[in-house]
Amino acid sequence: MKNCEYQQIDPLALGTPASTPTSTQCAKNKSHRPRRKWEVFPGRNRFYCDGRIIVARQCGVLPLTLGLIVVTSVLFFIFDCPFLVTHLTICIPVVAGVLFLFVVITLLQTSFTDPGILPRALPEEVTNTERQIDNSGSVTYRPPPRTKEIIINGEVVKLKYCFTCKMFRPPRTSHCSLCDNCVERFDHHCPWVGNCVGKRNYRFFYTFIVSLSFLTSFILGCVITHLTLRSQGDKGFLQALQESPASVVELVVCFFSIWSTLGLSGFHTYLVASNLTTNEDIKGSWSTKRGEESGNPYSYNGIFRNCCAVLCGPMPPSLIDRRGFLPPDVIPRTVASGSELHPFMAKNDTNMCTQAPKKLLETVAHSSLVHSTCTSATPKTALVTQEFPFNSVSSMLSPSNTTQVPLPAARDNRRSTPWTRPAVREGITQKGMLDAYKYQVS
Amino acid sequence: RLTEFHNLQELRQSASLANKVFIQRDYSEGTVCKFHTKLPSELDSRIEKTLFEDTVKTLNNYYAEAEKIGGHAYLEGCLACITAYLIFLCMETRYEKVLKKISRYIQEQNEKIYAPRGLLITDPIERGMRVIEISIYEDRSSSGSSTSSSTTSSSGR
Repeated sequence: MKNCEYQQIDPLALGTPASTPTSTQCAKNKSHRPRRKWEVFPGRNRFYCDGRIIVARQCGVLPLTLGLIVVTSVLFFIFDCPFLVTHLTICIPVVAGVLFLFVVITLLQTSFTDPGILPRALPEEVTNTERQIDNSGSVTYRPPPRTKEIIINGEVVKLKYCFTCKMFRPPRTSHCSLCDNCVERFDHHCPWVGNCVGKRNYRFFYTFIVSLSFLTSFILGCVITHLTLRSQGDKGFLQALQESPASVVELVVCFFSIWSTLGLSGFHTYLVASNLTTNEDIKGSWSTKRGEESGNPYSYNGIFRNCCAVLCGPMPPSLIDRRGFLPPDVIPRTVASGSELHPFMAKNDTNMCTQAPKKLLETVAHSSLVHSTCTSATPKTALVTQEFPFNSVSSMLSPSNTTQVPLPAARDNRRSTPWTRPAVREGITQKGMLDAYKYQVS
Repeated sequence: RLTEFHNLQELRQSASLANKVFIQRDYSEGTVCKFHTKLPSELDSRIEKTLFEDTVKTLNNYYAEAEKIGGHAYLEGCLACITAYLIFLCMETRYEKVLKKISRYIQEQNEKIYAPRGLLITDPIERGMRVIEISIYEDRSSSGSSTSSSTTSSSGR
């Protein structure tokens, strides 16, 4: 067994970043409040509510979609429902109300949820990957697109190298050029919802289009019923239309949208049942010469199982950790050196935490509660002892700071309740963990 | 008796980040989160193969548990659908619960097994679930001592 013994130090006792006395650190800390990762996110996205809401930079026609739905439904409730309630049943506005809520809520969730964006690779990972590529193939001046073949459930799948995100894309992942992100299980970029549709928000999107087609059909049916009832007797259809002009608007909107919503719902139901994405279907990734989708290695070979897997499967977490904190001394450096570094490197340096060990050093150095029972240690030496992995690491960091150090800042773990303040985990990150241990001389 | 680090004065200069090894995802069974269990050559001298494999296999099992499509997942999914997925705003999903378990496990493994060998595992969630990053810290005071320390450690078993 190992000869080192470890005594856990309370991470809370290690002090806060604000207590660092180094002049450069002080200057940086004074001017910068702790920044969240969404503020330095490299993709083309916009964030609201302090990172809780994410949308694509071009929100497309989301306002139009929302506007059409809300206006049509409101007109329906105001102008058609009173007549229908008196002539038919109260259930009509109730059903319409439920459908309307479903549509709006799922639309907003589709638009504002991270679709499954993959964070870009850190420079060390990139170096590691590139080294492997160079080892396996010949190095020509213009290398061909880098691909890697793997076997999934008996099918050969080619993984492509993403030059923007600097990594081999996992299977079913695609890079969205509009959002400039790699998205897992990429379906398509939907301008109507103003976001990509991917692994994390596909179920919202599917529920949205299905409930929208129900709503559209329901409103269309009710409006036609309303006009028919009104035109009974001597009135005639045209007079009924004149009496209720709003119904005309609803009729037109619903008539033109019902084809697309029903069509889309049907298409996506087919995709869900065969566990395909729009991207794969359009490219014909898995279709054989007979036109059957028998080659799909992700299918569970059962319609019910596929539906359950896609729609009722576990909800994966967001990988980009929008609301996690960056270490306080990361940002200013890249503003100065960003023009010299490759844009990806500059962005990535801020995105991932390069200065964590320096911060850690200061944190540890000024802890007043570091305990040491080392026989040969003075208190000062004990503090120095604590610094040992990171003192040398920070000395390794070059001025351009291209060396990445693997210690992330506190990760926001409370994403399941986005409206509460996130709990900042100090102890479970590597920084906290290595802080908490010291080596005793036995 | 101290293995890599002989005295406290040396500790200051002794450990530095030497290298990082990335354990890649194993996609042979589809898109479920699973990592290769093969011990990389850089770690051959640092850690026993069985210990490493155990760690990765346990992690794979945790991820399989999180992504399992079974009765509980269906129930969660159907309930979520009925409430227009609003319960995701209030409730911690099973996946997130398992991720917390995974962090605790990795922390425990680092404490007990990896840090004594000068290694450190990064939680895959910090790297977009693409890789398990293992940082290798070298004893910088003398290259010989690290080799001898690792042989001491392995012979000490």
